[in-house]
Amino acid sequence: MNNLDAIRRQALLNWDTLAQPKDTPVIYLGSASCGRAAGALNVYEAIQETLDEYQLKARVIQVGCIGPCYLEPLMDITLPGSPRVSYANVTPEKARKIVVSSLVNGDILPKLAAGHFGSEEFTAKTGIPRFFDLPMLKPQVRVILKNCGLIDPEDIDHYLAQGGYTGFQKALQADPQSVICELKVSGLRGRGGAGFPAYKKWELCLAAAAEMKYVVCNADEGDPGAFMNRALIESDPHAVLEGMLIGGYTTGASQGIIYVRAEYPLAVARLKKAIQQMHAYGLLGEDIQGSGFNFDIQIREGAGAFVCGEETALIASLEGERGMPRPRPPYPADHGLNGFPTLINNTETFGTVPSILRNGGKWFQQFGIPGNTGTKTFSLVGKVRNTGLIEVPLGMTLKQIVFDIGGGTQRPFKAIQTGGPLGGCLSASQMDTAITYESMRDQGSIMGSGGLIVMDESTCIVDMARYFIGFAEKESCGNCTPCRIGTRILMDTLEKIVRGEGEARDLDTMRRTAMTMTQASLCGLGQAASNPTSSGMRYFLAEFEAHIHDKYCQAAVCTDLFEYKILAEKCSGCGLCVSVCSVNAIEGERKKIHHLDGSRCIKCHSCVKVCARHAIIGIPNSTRAAEWDFCEVLS
Amino acid sequence: MDDSLTADRTTDSATFEGFSGRPDELLSLLQYCQNQKGFISQENVREIACFLKVSEARVFGVASFYAQFRFLKPGDHQIRVCMGTACHVQEGDQLSHETQSLLGVGLGETTPDGRFDYQEVACLGCCAQASVVEIDGKIYGKMTREKLRKLLEAYEQP
Repeated sequence: MNNLDAIRRQALLNWDTLAQPKDTPVIYLGSASCGRAAGALNVYEAIQETLDEYQLKARVIQVGCIGPCYLEPLMDITLPGSPRVSYANVTPEKARKIVVSSLVNGDILPKLAAGHFGSEEFTAKTGIPRFFDLPMLKPQVRVILKNCGLIDPEDIDHYLAQGGYTGFQKALQADPQSVICELKVSGLRGRGGAGFPAYKKWELCLAAAAEMKYVVCNADEGDPGAFMNRALIESDPHAVLEGMLIGGYTTGASQGIIYVRAEYPLAVARLKKAIQQMHAYGLLGEDIQGSGFNFDIQIREGAGAFVCGEETALIASLEGERGMPRPRPPYPADHGLNGFPTLINNTETFGTVPSILRNGGKWFQQFGIPGNTGTKTFSLVGKVRNTGLIEVPLGMTLKQIVFDIGGGTQRPFKAIQTGGPLGGCLSASQMDTAITYESMRDQGSIMGSGGLIVMDESTCIVDMARYFIGFAEKESCGNCTPCRIGTRILMDTLEKIVRGEGEARDLDTMRRTAMTMTQASLCGLGQAASNPTSSGMRYFLAEFEAHIHDKYCQAAVCTDLFEYKILAEKCSGCGLCVSVCSVNAIEGERKKIHHLDGSRCIKCHSCVKVCARHAIIGIPNSTRAAEWDFCEVLS
Repeated sequence: MDDSLTADRTTDSATFEGFSGRPDELLSLLQYCQNQKGFISQENVREIACFLKVSEARVFGVASFYAQFRFLKPGDHQIRVCMGTACHVQEGDQLSHETQSLLGVGLGETTPDGRFDYQEVACLGCCAQASVVEIDGKIYGKMTREKLRKLLEAYEQP
């Protein structure tokens, strides 16, 4: 124990020199997968080249994701005597300019800075806002993400300096019952989406008598459009591992397994490194910190099956089987991996536990609302201005999230998909709903793991329903009939509607199928797979009816159900659409109104994307509408 | 029959170093094989079956359940278009059409010259950078049809 305290003291000293460097400047670069997708590694090369070229001394640290992905790549510089200053959307050229200016001339180029991590006075002096005062970050509360983007995820000392592993030390001094009691007081509920009280699982697993117990961390984040777990592991892996360690000690397990998606190679690499460091500091292995507690953590990679996010399917996959869910009970806490009691929680749940133990369950209650305490991370993506990873107290309304944090949408807001592919599409009228496990269910959606996909007028709800059911159909394991056949029926019906062959009775078919699936499927996937379709039909019925009866897709997405037209009153004749059209369907001289030839148009949407004046719109298909009228006349 | 199995087991166990032959290692073994050659051959299936003392059908049954495993030799460059929700909303399906028409191959196919193969992936988790395409493990964000065309041209040059 003393050993770890001594290491932490040294880590704190080192951290202080990093936060307030005396002579060597520090450059931080956000390079989680999202930052890398935005080009962070090219920026990294440019920084190194610039340092070499000017023979400058600086420490360059690759940090994780701080959240506002729309600002990626983010580069921060701390000069001696100055706070950490952040620069957004950095390109290699921009990085070069900033590094040279800051390190050679001492000019931090306040105009290029996005924010800083210092005091109010620094804002007054330079005019740079504080980073956490930016509109996207101000309404957020950072508990789980508190270290993300600020520390080096590959350096355990950074985590220790932030108070890391004190939660575990506190647990060691207490007995397992008091740890569970603390969790109970905190009110923490499973962050995988179902919202089962976390302490209950821990209690059940502790009570189960067996010679072997497991702790499994579910990092098989399969929801398309969600990346909270990836970002947490890539940015602060020790938080998750500490949570697992506490779980192991509390339940009496000796083996931990973290099941990570294979699509997240960087997360796997960072976990590997973190586990090595834990061994080096005596935080894993035999007799951890002299307590007599033995624990080890293994990484197991998933193999690309969404259903393995379901706990029994995940266990089947760990046992080397096809990842098919099993009926519950028995619950994993009694009869889990290889038949032994298994504590299985989501990554975020484990990531939250260390903070609760460090600060106490009561402290955690101050966030959120009674029954839904604490904070929750969400990935805010889609047609919203400020995309990224956010953390908010439960009970915040969807409106605050989309408009205050997300900065609203470019085109008028239409819907928000919560809870991933098994959640629901909520309309503008539900935007005052406070996010809680219960309210989401009441609205016909689910909390899910936390993907929020914002849609505007250019998104078609029928197409989205088809997309989600297509996903569920592909990912259905085929074990139970309602899910296997139900997803197929929904998919076929929606495809038919999207092709323009919808009939009035299709809506009823879909409702009945959805009901059967919800009531009769074996696992959460089948029970919830129809949610997007059902909620779509509930809140956007007119849009379904327009597709079926008028053969018209107002959002101009379903290619068979509209044709493009250029609005003469809006067209400025800029020629942009002419230049991007790959089939030469648009004609027109500069400064003159352009015309679109519907017979050549392949509806690739390229022109719509470049038209700043929104002059290109989808109108009902003239030929098809005429055909339809003709049929009506005949009947 | 038993003899041949034992014989196989002794020879094959050498090739799976670090594995003890427990049935729960099946997935890890499949991943190990795929990492080595980029795909799982019939030979691999046979070796794993002998090593774990289970039937080949069981090994193949598990392997074919998971989207990650491939049974044909992949191309030199692997192109994976993200089919995630955020990418779909940002018209990521256009990228899928574009890639398929540029390469002249369908989903899961390899170009006749063996240079490229095309796959789709459920989500790469870089949703804030949608639409996303991954080439040989490198992720490219905020892609459009034009950017994708240029990117592929760059890869075309040997």
